[in-house]
Amino acid sequence: METPLINDLNICVATENGSGSASSNNILFKAIFKMGIPCSSKNMFPSNIQGLPTWYQIRANADGYMSRKDVIDVMVMFNDATGAKDIYRVRDGGVLLYDDSTPLSPTLKRDGLQYIGFPANKLVAKLVPASPLRAKQRNMVYVGALAYLFGIDMSVIKAVLEDTFGKKPAVIESNLVCIDAGYQYCKEQGYKQNIARLEPIPGGNTGKIITEGNTAAALGAIYGGASVICWYPITPSSSLAEAMEYYLPRLRKPIDGKKPYAIVQAEDEIASAGMIVGAGWAGARSMTSTSGPGVSLMNESIGLAYYAEIPCVFFIIQRGGPSTGLPTRTQQADISLMYGASHGDTRHIILIPHDMNSCFDFARQSFNYADRFQTPVFVAMDLDLGMNMWSSEPLKLNQEPYDQGKRLNAKDLDEWTKAGKKFRRYFDQDGDGIPYRTVPGNENRMASYFTRGSGHDADAKYSEDEHDYKYILDRLRKKFDTSRKFVPKPIVEKEKGVKTGIICYGSSYEPVREARDRLRASGLKTNHMLIRALPLTSEVMDFLAEHDTIYMVEQNRDAQMAAIIKDENPLLGAKITNILVYNGLPVSAGEVVKQIFEAAQTAKTA
Amino acid sequence: MAEAKVNRLNLTEKDYDGAASTMCKGCGHDAISASVQRAYYESSIDPRKVVKLSGIGCSSKTPAYFLSQSFGFNAVHGRMSAVATGANLANHSLLPIGVSGDGDTSAIGLGNFCHMMRRNVNIVYIIENNGVYGLTKGQFSATADVGSVMKGGKVNDIPAIDLAELAITLGATYVARSFSGDRKQLTPLVQGAMAHKGSAILDVISPCVTFNNHEGSTKSLKYVKGHLDPIHDLDFVPPYENIEADYNEGTDHEVAMHDGSRIILHKLSKHYDPTSKANAIQAIHGAIAEGKFLTGLIYYNPTRKEFAEELNLCDTPLSELGQDFLQPPAEALERINADMMK
Repeated sequence: METPLINDLNICVATENGSGSASSNNILFKAIFKMGIPCSSKNMFPSNIQGLPTWYQIRANADGYMSRKDVIDVMVMFNDATGAKDIYRVRDGGVLLYDDSTPLSPTLKRDGLQYIGFPANKLVAKLVPASPLRAKQRNMVYVGALAYLFGIDMSVIKAVLEDTFGKKPAVIESNLVCIDAGYQYCKEQGYKQNIARLEPIPGGNTGKIITEGNTAAALGAIYGGASVICWYPITPSSSLAEAMEYYLPRLRKPIDGKKPYAIVQAEDEIASAGMIVGAGWAGARSMTSTSGPGVSLMNESIGLAYYAEIPCVFFIIQRGGPSTGLPTRTQQADISLMYGASHGDTRHIILIPHDMNSCFDFARQSFNYADRFQTPVFVAMDLDLGMNMWSSEPLKLNQEPYDQGKRLNAKDLDEWTKAGKKFRRYFDQDGDGIPYRTVPGNENRMASYFTRGSGHDADAKYSEDEHDYKYILDRLRKKFDTSRKFVPKPIVEKEKGVKTGIICYGSSYEPVREARDRLRASGLKTNHMLIRALPLTSEVMDFLAEHDTIYMVEQNRDAQMAAIIKDENPLLGAKITNILVYNGLPVSAGEVVKQIFEAAQTAKTA
Repeated sequence: MAEAKVNRLNLTEKDYDGAASTMCKGCGHDAISASVQRAYYESSIDPRKVVKLSGIGCSSKTPAYFLSQSFGFNAVHGRMSAVATGANLANHSLLPIGVSGDGDTSAIGLGNFCHMMRRNVNIVYIIENNGVYGLTKGQFSATADVGSVMKGGKVNDIPAIDLAELAITLGATYVARSFSGDRKQLTPLVQGAMAHKGSAILDVISPCVTFNNHEGSTKSLKYVKGHLDPIHDLDFVPPYENIEADYNEGTDHEVAMHDGSRIILHKLSKHYDPTSKANAIQAIHGAIAEGKFLTGLIYYNPTRKEFAEELNLCDTPLSELGQDFLQPPAEALERINADMMK
């Protein structure tokens, strides 16, 4: 008999979509969080409202590793449709929980697992009157069973219910009785398992919050001053715009009873992009949120904003592509799409958050970058970051003043006139590639100009002249290069003498952090660089130069970020060995370790 | 030398000039630009408060050819309505005029156009409608009539989209049709559109002298002139003018605008009340059946709120709000953090 691990447990709950398990899983996750145990959750859900299979993994880990663990210790088998596969997802020696209201089908039995049955259906039938609610409450029973088996105190569950349903005592009670029924049943049966125990860690999560990246980014955008938000529903980005709809009226004070913001659900992504370009042109801090298919549709307007130099922000919550792909699964496969969005020569600034605080802070800062560089700015997230619940340090507000860049108001132009300076919309006045701009409503007689997506000269006049055209294109490139000095630098962790480096970005950060510890334990020390923006900054090339071997972890098939590095510096780029995870699941540390070992082995044999 | 005539802002009509036009000689679009320029001058609109927007196509080039003191935005094909909607949200104190063509509006941009009407975004939206794609040399557009013949002889066999009817159906609140050559009718219609708060659509038949002016075309100059069916003569009366002298009891119909201005409709053959949606659509269909272009103020709805008002946007344009208004207090974030600890 094995000794139970303390606070190291990976639970997978397999249910049917639309069966109400989101609520029960949430309670379970928050209960473990409340006990002070570091924990994370990954929701692997289908593109469907009701009926298709869904899995929810909760990982408790005393060491604080938050990435998806690919070894499952406990499976709650509440979906017969996937049961035959689910029983093989559990590790040998693991525990399988199931509803034994009806006898277990022999096809769902296998050796090497501890089966624990409890009659969830029968229990709720006694407690909940026949109604659609009954099926949902059935899921509460497994919360109770897990609580009993792994050591979650019912008082903690009760506290979570109170936090969740606050002013609805009836709802708290109706959930509590079902959870308790599962708990008591397992207790009466004398069920025991010996693989793991959850034990409270006093103060363990004190000061920590639980949130999703989309919420954090929505809050960041609100603090960053987003005032025109146009969007079109698309998974996994909708919850970002919806979070803004929820928080804006609560956070931003009305002016004389009227709204200091506009949120518009557009008719399609083409329209939402057009709207934010129009709003950015007219001087508002404008944004949209979408995912890959939306970016595809927005391309033309993105090119317009790039060429006509209009600030606007695109939050891209990546999912599995191409085409509709895996709309409810995670990926980082739209890096090239964003970086070179639109026809013609374009290059875009991309901010890449990797945790809740950077989602918040980059969202806030994105509007400064857009204004400073008068260009579309992308905030590249993904479903894992955006829609899964993450425990995190509280969101921290940087109160620095908004940077409106080189925007001239009527008074500024008066000063210019006095100084004998002429306002030239697309002229490189300062040698940094960034021109000055005015916005409609500026009543200075020098202010107005004609914006166009067709060829124009430094004075915004229509022109097909080869020199005029090339001047603008070259200046745009110069402007982009100027931005290299301003975008967030990578975070580098290194030790002297270590010659192996791992590079990653975005939601790969957490699994890579864990993978590095595991590699170190097996004797391979690595340094690390987290890329946080495009264009690449000089630190990226420095890191490549300093290491003999570079593993680059990306969540796409074609090593899109590596291609950007190779394009800028083929010699250094050649050092990169790609570690690619693109099956739609959040990256696990195990997968990273496995691929790195395989690559190292291949290199050795070669 | 006699001093040039000025309007109430002390501006001459020349102050409303734009760059030199690059349209073909005799193009209907230039005539429309001239009427637009006249309308802004007559209504004493400050060009610095005006924003000009357009999509892509011959017509979409024309905002460069009037009101050079105004900001302009020649965007991408079919997206003027989306871009203008965004600009309107950012700054609803601006006076937007959008110029588009029949291809830009009725084909590639139809979806966005529909939703702009649905939202009743405040704009003067002029469709310079010639039934062809001019800039790409003469292909049929979606407003070409059945049976109309292309320059090379190809006959159009798909029914036209009637943009005025569509706009009325979808929620536009000021819908007119006119003819580029009828400055007397078009100028007051543009003035009325400017005075109106909401989506004001002017479907202006504007013959393409280069690609659609031949025998067999239903949008040639000759054909259009021969098939005009004006509902009324009309006068626009700004709020500061006395109108009693112009008004004839019994034969005139007065449309009172939000800002105090008025449009006087002088009855021609029959009485026409533009505030009835059903009448308006019936009248359009009637004219189509007779092969005629119904012109005049076809529909007017004075009660529906425009989009920015519907959204209850604050009076100060969003584009002018600074950090003090936009950034919530730090304590509010502390409260949210505390909620997220539960």
